[in-house]
Amino acid sequence: MKRAPVLMAMACGVAAAMANGAPAAAGVLDQVRQRGQVICGANPGLAGFGVPDDKGKWTGFDVDYCRAISAAVFGDPDKVKYVPLTAKDRFTALQTGEIDVLVRNTTWTMSRDTALGASFTNVNFYDGQAFLVRAKLGLKSALELNGATICVQQGTTNELNMADFFRSHKMEYKPVSFGSAAETVRAYDAGRCDAFTSDSSALHAERLRMTNPSEHVVLPELISREPFGAAVRKGDDQWFDVVRWVGYGLVAAEDAGVTKANVDEKRSSDNPELRRMLGAEGKLGPAIGLPDEWLVNVVRAVGNYGEIYDRHFGETSRLKIPRGLNNLWNKGGLMYAPPLR
Amino acid sequence: MRAGQTVTTSGRAPRAAWWGNPAVRAFIWQALLVIAVISLFVWAGRNVAANLRASNITWGFGFLTEAANFDITGSLIPFRAGDTYARALLAGFGNTLAAALVAILIATALGFVVGVARLSRNVLVARFAAAYVEALRNTPLLLQLLVWYNVVLKSLPGPRQSIALPGGLLLNNRGLYGPWPVAAPGWSALGLGLLAALAVSIGLAVWSARRRRAGRAPLALWLLTPLVFIGLPLAAVWLTAGTVAGALPVTWPELRGFNVGGGVTLLPEFVALVLGLSLYTSAFIAEIVRSGVQAVPKGQREAGRALGLREGQILRLIVIPQALRLIIPPLAGQYLNLTKNSSLAVAIGYPDLVSIGAGPVLQNTGQALEVISLIMLIYLALSLLTALLMNWWNARMALAER
Repeated sequence: MKRAPVLMAMACGVAAAMANGAPAAAGVLDQVRQRGQVICGANPGLAGFGVPDDKGKWTGFDVDYCRAISAAVFGDPDKVKYVPLTAKDRFTALQTGEIDVLVRNTTWTMSRDTALGASFTNVNFYDGQAFLVRAKLGLKSALELNGATICVQQGTTNELNMADFFRSHKMEYKPVSFGSAAETVRAYDAGRCDAFTSDSSALHAERLRMTNPSEHVVLPELISREPFGAAVRKGDDQWFDVVRWVGYGLVAAEDAGVTKANVDEKRSSDNPELRRMLGAEGKLGPAIGLPDEWLVNVVRAVGNYGEIYDRHFGETSRLKIPRGLNNLWNKGGLMYAPPLR
Repeated sequence: MRAGQTVTTSGRAPRAAWWGNPAVRAFIWQALLVIAVISLFVWAGRNVAANLRASNITWGFGFLTEAANFDITGSLIPFRAGDTYARALLAGFGNTLAAALVAILIATALGFVVGVARLSRNVLVARFAAAYVEALRNTPLLLQLLVWYNVVLKSLPGPRQSIALPGGLLLNNRGLYGPWPVAAPGWSALGLGLLAALAVSIGLAVWSARRRRAGRAPLALWLLTPLVFIGLPLAAVWLTAGTVAGALPVTWPELRGFNVGGGVTLLPEFVALVLGLSLYTSAFIAEIVRSGVQAVPKGQREAGRALGLREGQILRLIVIPQALRLIIPPLAGQYLNLTKNSSLAVAIGYPDLVSIGAGPVLQNTGQALEVISLIMLIYLALSLLTALLMNWWNARMALAER
């Protein structure tokens, strides 16, 4: 009996190590606070969404989402550790608890949201799948791709949408699939395929990496809906709420005209909606385990949704993707946040 | 405390206590270890099950019979979107097997040539072979595969500038295209004829060997075997179809739209993978062959010369049979390595078992544990099968001591 406590302690230690991903232990928010870092699953390199520079500093649209979460939790946007993940590995990393949140231009689908053990919190970018082809082929539409060889990244919804598209139009095609985006692009650039398919935003970004970008065009059709969202592991409602409301908060801030520049001024205004939203009144922050001024910290660090978008995709960026569906609901887009009250 | 003290036998001096017996102690420790290991696994398994339940991931192999909605190009076992996940894995397995088998054949042939070349008295040949071995086995295989893939892709023209090769073959950066049979009774007859020819030629070889042992002249196999292999299939085709030329229809590759259609395609990914695997492994096999040949005592050659055998006969009848005994066991290891290394195919887009299993199958089902353990099991079975075959060959080749 004397040895029992030691054995128990050992067993518990191993159990804790193995149950790393179990949400039954401390909540993710507590783990994040204890660790002093949010671990964010990121794209290993996609212009606009997330790219590390030569000093290891990450920038991009998805990266700013991670920074926003960090700002909400710690009041400091830089307490993030980025784990670069290929499309193949991302859900396994989330399932096993290697990352706290996946913000990696990941399409929200029903099976991913249910059977895969992930929960999508909200949509941060509305995209659709398209085809990139060589301009000299003279193609006008994706319907002219009958018989084409097409490069695609493995394990993406792109692979599945393409199969559906060609099947429903009774057209033939030959897919060549690669494990990483970089390999896929390289093979297309080397002439292995007639077309390269991915989400429209990614095609605009990858086009810039071709030997000669002006020789390639994106075909106009979008053959799918690709709503990108942040995903967390199932089973932790508090952490789910944090990630979801940071996302909605960014949209709500844009809707209410709160920007990086005027956030402090707006907080002390008389407008009751702004005062609730920015934590001068009410208890919205503490309800999700965050400080009162959570959204102030977020907007001060990264700006509102529109500011993030313009920084990475807007007219002044290299990509220049029109806002389209990603505009606010009252400006012809789909971005809409439930009221913060 | 009481247990062992009473153990005495037939009036001899009492034995030491049971816990002093090394065999008993060893057994107890081993039993404890086994129990510990088993309980660790059981406990880990329960933990996994609990964690899976907690994160709402369903466990089971039911996904195998569900429809998979992706396509696979150039698979040996045809696969289309809408077939089951099980079939997708099977298609991947077929591709792994095809690449591994072809690479093993090429690697063995190349390895033997290079291994013997390293022993050549011609300095140029020996040095060249040494350089080949050192360069190939001292660089990472993944790197070599990527180099080969890019060499294959970059050095060949696009489909509209295909290089026409003799025999109706077309070559471009989408693959090597060749004619392929269209199902017809003539082809079935040809297949049966070939099988019959194989059976007859084996029979002839056995008969010839029996004649030689009986002291009579062996048959002229060098003439009979080709005759059987040409005559029997042709006769079979002629008997079924009444003609030879028209009974064997084929489709020829031709440019259709974006790509070459018709005929059969050898994908550049397949070529790059087989090239990379076989060259890399041939370097190791060459060293195995060289060491095997060098290990045959010099006296054996000298004895051969003393008997008046020619150099070629010495090599064929004395040196190689003895060297093979030393070569086969490590050769088996190389075959196993090659098969497992073929999983690097994922880097160059060849749809092998790992590429399909850990790629679209795992991604679309989310059943990581099931898919990965299935893949491991398949590789294990494949390796054990290879080992079994090689052991059998080794036993046949081993010194028969009488």
